[in-house]
Amino acid sequence: MKCRKCGQKAAINMRHHKLALCKEHYLEWLPEQTARFIKKYRMFTPQERVLVAVSGGKDSLSLWDILWRLGYQADGLYIALGIDEGIAYSAESQRLCEAFAEARGLTLHIVDIAREYGASIPELARSDRRGKGKPCSVCGLVKRHEMNRIARDLGYDVLATGHNLDDEAAVLFGNTLNWQVEYLLRQGPVLPESPGLARKVKPLCRFYEREMAAYALLRGIQYIYDECPFAIGATSIYYKEMLNQLEAKRPGAKLSFYLSFLRAKEEGLFAPQEDVQQALDACPRCGQLTSAPGLCAFCRLIERASSEAKGAVRG
Amino acid sequence: MVKLILRDKEYEVEAGITLLKALKKVGILPESVIATREGEMITEDEVLKEGDVIKLIAVISGGR
Repeated sequence: MKCRKCGQKAAINMRHHKLALCKEHYLEWLPEQTARFIKKYRMFTPQERVLVAVSGGKDSLSLWDILWRLGYQADGLYIALGIDEGIAYSAESQRLCEAFAEARGLTLHIVDIAREYGASIPELARSDRRGKGKPCSVCGLVKRHEMNRIARDLGYDVLATGHNLDDEAAVLFGNTLNWQVEYLLRQGPVLPESPGLARKVKPLCRFYEREMAAYALLRGIQYIYDECPFAIGATSIYYKEMLNQLEAKRPGAKLSFYLSFLRAKEEGLFAPQEDVQQALDACPRCGQLTSAPGLCAFCRLIERASSEAKGAVRG
Repeated sequence: MVKLILRDKEYEVEAGITLLKALKKVGILPESVIATREGEMITEDEVLKEGDVIKLIAVISGGR
């Protein structure tokens, strides 16, 4: 297969775009497309300060690399979750993020959850009913809270995450199966800022996961290849596999699923936002918005973990 | 024979078939991997040669 631009041997073929490219032209094409999506969805401007949430994985590090190459003011945020599970998962992820930032002279902020709140993610999960067995839901709650806190405290205009099209299609698939209208309404390339909440953007939301892995590989980005030990068997992975089966028979199915959803939402095919929009209150402790009066879910989690720790010390 | 390696698993297929056909034979979805030969990425129409060792890189991550 030949590169459409230069006729040299292609490194990747994107069947859904009917486009094959060599290494050199792929490494040009993907950042160009990212810049196009940033403008199309009005994610941010070159004058705004962007905080990129990096995990050490292929998507977030590639996103940071692309934004840096495009000349955006992008700093990184790494949240140390304290996941070890015998493979030093968090320690290795942090090392890769630090090496990435150092090699490019970029600023990386690091928040260590155990140091900040006295317990790692697996420890916090043990003190919370939603974490029994798997800490994924606690992890998501803590990451969302901390990303927002740091973006707000350090005065960033926007928070960017490395969600790719497969991530978005899998979430959409799950939310559609259960008709989670509230979640469907919130899903999109941009979640606008509101009082207490930073704007959130997903500049990679139209790239297949395979395209992002190819970018990291061709660009020589060192990323953590191992899956988070707690993600094994996750529903999102199962949905991704199902969607890939569909994609194998119908190239472009994943992209069409996501883009048709965005179009349907734009055309008002879902309930108008005001019908389902909840009144939000500010948490009296951290100030972030919460759907019920009193402490937010994050502060309740930390309070529970700390009272358990005190109880253990007394006991 | 041609060897396909994905994480800690190894598969063998006959030489002379395309990568796409080889992946189908061993039950791997082409969309879920990137194939490399001697460190270079190859496309699914590539015909595999005797003695080739194809390293497959899994692309799916989850739990986010």
